[in-house]
Amino acid sequence: MPTSKSEPSGGRAEVHDLAVIGAGPAGLAAADAAAGLGLRVALVDAGSRPGGQYYRHPAPGLGAARPEKLHHGWAAFARLRARLAASPLVDHLPGHHVWAAEAGVPGDGERPWRLHATRGPEAGDRATVLARAVLLATGAYERHLPFPGWTLPGVVTAGGAQAMLKSSLVLPGRRIVVSGSGPLLLAAASSLVSAGAEVPAIVEATSYLGYARGLPALAGNPAKLAEGASHGARLLRRGVRLRRSSAVVEAHGTDRVTAVTVARLDARWKPVPGSERRIACDALAIGHGLVPQIELATELGAETVTGPDGAAALKVDAEQRTSVPGLWAAGETCGVGGADLALAEGVLAAHAVAGRPAPARETATRRRRRAFAALMAAAHAPGPDWTSWVTDDTDVCRCEEVPAGEIRAAVEELGAGDARTVKLLTRAGMGWCQGRMCGPAVACLSGDGGGGRADSRPLSCPVPLAQLAQLAGPVEPEQRRRD
Amino acid sequence: MDPLDLVGAEPGPARTVLFDGRPVPALPGQTLAAALWADGVLAWRTTRGGGRPRGAFCGIGQCFDCLATVNGRPNQRLCLLPAEHGDTVTTQEGHGHADLEV
Repeated sequence: MPTSKSEPSGGRAEVHDLAVIGAGPAGLAAADAAAGLGLRVALVDAGSRPGGQYYRHPAPGLGAARPEKLHHGWAAFARLRARLAASPLVDHLPGHHVWAAEAGVPGDGERPWRLHATRGPEAGDRATVLARAVLLATGAYERHLPFPGWTLPGVVTAGGAQAMLKSSLVLPGRRIVVSGSGPLLLAAASSLVSAGAEVPAIVEATSYLGYARGLPALAGNPAKLAEGASHGARLLRRGVRLRRSSAVVEAHGTDRVTAVTVARLDARWKPVPGSERRIACDALAIGHGLVPQIELATELGAETVTGPDGAAALKVDAEQRTSVPGLWAAGETCGVGGADLALAEGVLAAHAVAGRPAPARETATRRRRRAFAALMAAAHAPGPDWTSWVTDDTDVCRCEEVPAGEIRAAVEELGAGDARTVKLLTRAGMGWCQGRMCGPAVACLSGDGGGGRADSRPLSCPVPLAQLAQLAGPVEPEQRRRD
Repeated sequence: MDPLDLVGAEPGPARTVLFDGRPVPALPGQTLAAALWADGVLAWRTTRGGGRPRGAFCGIGQCFDCLATVNGRPNQRLCLLPAEHGDTVTTQEGHGHADLEV
């Protein structure tokens, strides 16, 4: 796999058969399968090393002899990485953050897709990737439900704690409470204890009884049960307590977190008065599942579906095709479902792009894992009354420091009824992170619950103005005529 | 057990970065945020509005909470930047452009 520092940003760049955005499980599997079918592939990734968040691994300089200790399915990644490295058909473009995609015209070789990427802060750090088809494998980001004290240093995301551990071999503290909802909490806690941290409690908001409603989906996914059981067994051995139907309702401390208050929740996630307990800790890892990262597609008008957890995901057909001609999607972008599903969908998408029939094994895996994903999303969907633990002085938007009280005033006094109006009135969601951290929470507090709408982000990450300025080339003749 | 033991890491010699003038060791390949965590530092920015401390939150470059001034350039995400020998990290106050204020 030739690794280029960049595509030439001027002049005539090569038009690849397929550009894959994202080098996590879905993107790696797709690039590998597509190259195997003879396609020339550009694998464009924001990360410096392949793997995405799931297969994030220590930098070579750390000399890790056993990176697999922090991973499920490391062997599958190692195989893919080795095959891609050996493939002359795959150009890997690490450190390229695609911030916008311009649709191409299918069948018109003169009008390929154009992916605009940034590689750093300087004017020259821009790149354009050209391709006849695009596969979006950009994964997901974590959903957060705010609570008083969640902006204190030492409060980190569960995925972030894992990412820092997997890539840099560090922990945020020695005694780490893990809190929120979803299977990622068990995986994160399991990694943290393996790495020597003490985890005084895993605080899970659901009762886990939601899974009982989906016994057929469970029975069809023994591997998922085994994975859960292996985390569970490790946690049990270390004496880690899982507190179900509970939430961290406050983090305490002045300059950093020193303790949390945990309360029991009723079925609607309202804290039960009198059930509060204080647990001392020096870090807290939080997360409420994942939200598909799909703005590159939705900015092009791609249709979405709303998952059982209220999150918008890309609508794809049996061949992983989105509603935008020439744009495919695989993995978490089509609804959060885990690495095995992403690997299968990546392979399926590659076959579709190459015009080959779908392989049976991956088709079967997709069917089973999608059923499990739907069950999981429903089981961990936030209860409607979680907002009752958010005090008026809790900052909901971390970037713009907008407290819940201001959002509530916008709704109750100014008549805002959706997240967009709240944003315009309060600046909630208008900061650096583009509403990724507070979006789901602001939607709930605005009373529209998000409505399954995808957030609008015309640029999917901050781009230096100098790089944007370079794009403003001469207006094409036909465009001039239209104007 | 610590994270290095877990994966059998044998890192090369540590480099040194300066955090607010104080030397902090960084293993090769670690990000600046990781080097600070390993040194027990969790905050390296104060917010524009309330002046409250912040550090790494998402750890993957999405939340922009871990901004600081690196080698004189403000608003750098420490969770993404590999630590290089001699890097100077300064706690960032607000937007980090106080030098431009009139």
